[in-house]
Parts: sequence; C-alpha cells; structure tokens
Amino acid sequence: MGTAAEKYEVVIGLEIHTQLLTNTKAFSSDEAEYGAMPNTNISVVNLGYPGTLPRHNKEAINMALKVGIACGCDITPYCLYARKNYFYADLPKGYQITQDKTPLCENGFVAIKKENGEEKNIELTRIHLEEDSGKSIHDMDMYHSLIDYNRAGTTLIEIVTEPVIKTGEEAGLFVSEVRKLVRYLDVCDGNMEEGSLRCDANISVMLRGAKEFGTKVEVKNMNSISNVRKAIEYETARQIESVEANIPVVQETRSFDAVKGETFSMRAKEVATDYRYFPEPDLPPLVVSQEWIEETRNAMPKLPGELYKEFTTAYGLSYYDAQVITENKETAQYYLQILEHTTNYKAAANYLMGAVRGYLNRNAIELSDFALEPLQIAEIIRLIDEGVISNAIGEQTLFPALVENPSRKAKELAEELNVIQNSDDDFIIDLAQQVLADFPDKVDAYKNGKKGLLGLFMGEVMKRSGGKADPQIATKVLKEVLGE
Amino acid sequence: MEITDQKIKELSHLAKLSFKSEDKDKIKSELGQILNFCEKLNELDTEGVEPLVYMSDRTNHLRPDVVKPSLNKSDALKNAPDADSDYFRVPKVIKK
Repeated sequence: MGTAAEKYEVVIGLEIHTQLLTNTKAFSSDEAEYGAMPNTNISVVNLGYPGTLPRHNKEAINMALKVGIACGCDITPYCLYARKNYFYADLPKGYQITQDKTPLCENGFVAIKKENGEEKNIELTRIHLEEDSGKSIHDMDMYHSLIDYNRAGTTLIEIVTEPVIKTGEEAGLFVSEVRKLVRYLDVCDGNMEEGSLRCDANISVMLRGAKEFGTKVEVKNMNSISNVRKAIEYETARQIESVEANIPVVQETRSFDAVKGETFSMRAKEVATDYRYFPEPDLPPLVVSQEWIEETRNAMPKLPGELYKEFTTAYGLSYYDAQVITENKETAQYYLQILEHTTNYKAAANYLMGAVRGYLNRNAIELSDFALEPLQIAEIIRLIDEGVISNAIGEQTLFPALVENPSRKAKELAEELNVIQNSDDDFIIDLAQQVLADFPDKVDAYKNGKKGLLGLFMGEVMKRSGGKADPQIATKVLKEVLGE
Repeated sequence: MEITDQKIKELSHLAKLSFKSEDKDKIKSELGQILNFCEKLNELDTEGVEPLVYMSDRTNHLRPDVVKPSLNKSDALKNAPDADSDYFRVPKVIKK
C-alpha cells in the first residue's frame, strides 16, 4: 500500500470536548460531579421545566478563557449564546446552549513536537463553551433506553482545529498536548476513559495537490491517545483503499472498535442535520473586557512550554530531562520546590527522574502520595555536594531509609545509619594497606603496568569502609601507598 | 412564497408534529402568508444596521460557582412519562 499512500494527502481536523472542573453546571447550580448515583445531580433547569431560566457560571468562563489565552487565541469581546436544536432523549430542553457565530476564542494554536524532532503548530479554528447532554444507557433494560441526567448541563469547552493535521501521530500528539495543558491549568482532569476529555476526528483523503477535499468521515469513540492514533491510521488506510478501488467514500459517522482496531459505520449522514441555530433569548450577551482577560492571565500558572524553556536554558537541563519533568504539573512543581533549597539543578533533576520516579513506579503511587518533601531531596543532594556522604550511599541507603522514615532529618539519619563519609586519611591509609597486603600478586601486576587494577583496589577499599570512604581521597591514598 | 408539500413534511418532522391531510392546505397557506410578511420586511434596506437580538441592554448576568441542593431524585422522576427507581425510561433509541 506504500505507493498508494504516497499518492494521497490526508486531511484531518479534530474536535476535542473537555469537561470543565467547575463545582456546578454551566447554567444551573446543581453539582457537576462524575460518578454520582444516577439522577441525583439534577435541577429543574437542566430537566427543561417550563419557566426556568439558565444563568451562566462565571468560573466556567474563567476556565475557558485560560485555555484560550494559553493557546494564544483572540478572545471575542461580545459573545451571544445560541440554541442548537435537536431532538434526543438525553437533551430534555430539545436544544443545547452553545456558542455559534461568536465563539469565546478564535484562532490560536497548540505546538506539537514530532518523533522525528520536527515542531509543528496546530492552528485552532475556535474554542467555545457549551453544555453537555445526559447519558443514555442502552444495555441495562431489554426494551428501553435509560437516561441519567447527572451530566446534562455540565460545562464543556469544544476545541476545534483547522484541517491541518496530516497523520495519526500528529493527532495523538495534539490530543496529548491539549490534555497536558488543561491539566496544568486545572480546568479539566483529562480522563479520556471516563469521557471528561473526548476527541472526534474529521478525516478525508484527496489526491496530492488536489484543490478540493475528499468526502469527510467523522470518527468517534477514541477513548485513549493511542486509540486516536490507531483509529486515524486505520481510517486513513481504509479511505485510500476505497478510493483506489473506485468505491466512493460515504459521508458518515464511524465508531472505533479498540479490540478489533477498526472503525465501523454508525450512521450515514444522508441529509445535513438542520440545527436551526438562533440566539438564546434566556441569556444576556457575554461581554469580556480587557481587564477580565488580564486578570485571568495573571492568575494562570506557568505553562509546560514556558517551563520547558526555563529548564533547558536557565537550569541547563537536557531536552529529554526537561520534557519528562514538564510532562505533568505535579512533577514540574516538585522540581521547582527542590530548587528552592538547592542550586544543583542537574542533581535535583537526576534525583527526581531516578530515585524518586523509580520508587513511585515500583510502588505504583503518584507523586502527590509520595512521603518525602522536596526539601528532604534537597538535603540529600547537599550532603553529597558537601562530601558528607557518597553519591551511592545517598541513592542506595539514605534515600530509601528516609522514605521509610519521612519525618527524620537527612543528616541525622545518615549519622545514625553510620554512613557519613570518612575522609580521615589515617583511616583510609590503614584500609589501603590492608587491601594491598591481601592482593600481593595483583600489586605486582599493577606495578608491571596493569593500571586498570586500581579499580579493583578501590572497590575493595570502598567495600571494607562500608561505603564511608571518600572515593577521591581513597584514590589519592591508594596511589601513594602503591608508590606513585 | 410557495410552500411545498415537501417543506411541510420537513417542518413537521423537525417540530415533531403530524397533520391530517385536510389541514395541510390550510397550514400551507398560513405559513405562506407569514413568509410573505417576512419578505415584505426584507424589502427594507438594513445595510450597516446591527441586528437587535435583545430588548434589554443587560449583559453578563453571571453567578458564582457555588453548589445549591439538587432536586430530589424521586421528585425528579415523578413527572416522567416512564421511569424506574433510578432512571428516566425512554423507547429504545439504538439498535444493538
């Protein structure tokens, strides 16, 4: 299929719906909480009772603004809400309140970095606010669908890209960056399995250089980043194969079956649905002042991109280290907190990515549940930097001991464990002489030119000192005793 | 403006209404009159005039993000045409 694939250009646009972490719903004060008992977080507003009126949650707008500002969008100063009319059981009002002609944010972009190192900005069309629908359950009752309206009316932001994505890899990276961003901003938990971050893809293929896009297929239900990638790769290949076989692509909505790794048809779009958008008469216009935007900008944490730059320039971390540490906000924060107590940036990064991450992985816990304070990591680093303990003792003995006794001070614990490095020359001269006496043949070999044996003597000295000999001093002393 | 049978069919589908065939002609003529009236309004040159969407000039009627008690579940289900003790029940909306 290699040559066929080269003949075609793939055009992909993504829509990401993220559920905002507000306490209450978009237009009513009932709780917006995932996993509550069915139909317990509901109100007359989102059940669509006559005479009820929506009122917008200010915090939802703040959160949407943060995402828009972070993506460098133009913020729309005057927004009208709109009604999108359609008939479905999980939408009691018969319409969804959304933003149509005046989305809160327009333009902007999200930067991705591809596996080959190439960087690309994925341009956004818009980010707008809207309410979610209820949840239909089709498999609990033989003859009915059951509806849970807890989700009805919770706030979503929909992030829509321009049709500039070319591959499954780019799509996956984009979703991953968006998820990282909304988590940094604390506006969405980014959980794709639970559906708090959902991604739909519009995919078409056309002959390379063609002016007009091919027939568009919408793919839904890709509930992980790797599924986004797999679904798009499958769907792209399917469409190319179809066009190559002279079978026209049908405009339809397809779903991704993660087990089979295939997309399958859900419904054909014979006629474009007529949503009859019109301005929502129950909500006054939303006016976003420059002051409001600035206030929001000032309340925003540093974003992963900024931190990455800071870590690689000001702190001299490698690209890889900076990438891993900025992967989530908790790790980046923890790193910055270690740096409040040490200027050994590299050692702090090494500890975080080595000992700490290893411990978290082995015990399957999150950094937020980790017993040690950043200060304690900084203290271990200082003990090493001051030559009080060796690097190996720090990582292999003191760190695990401190994790077991998180209330202890690093230095006290080191003393108690008897691992304070001994730089007393007599102690080391003594050990060196013992070691050399025990290996007379090796000493001869060394004197005859096998200089590599110094490592063996060093290892012996370190072993007999219980790790407490300062390796630099031990090397110096050994060489002296060997008569150099 | 001419309203076709096809248009009536589309509109009644969107509005979830059904008409007896003898009512159709009446609806066609009434809808036609309404649309003629709109066309009359369209004759006015509104170039450069912002559409008037709201009669009030109020903006940003926002509320703080504070939870208020939900509707009691049994109260919420009470008026539903069909329900069990936890869920609203509707005709099956998907083929499995």
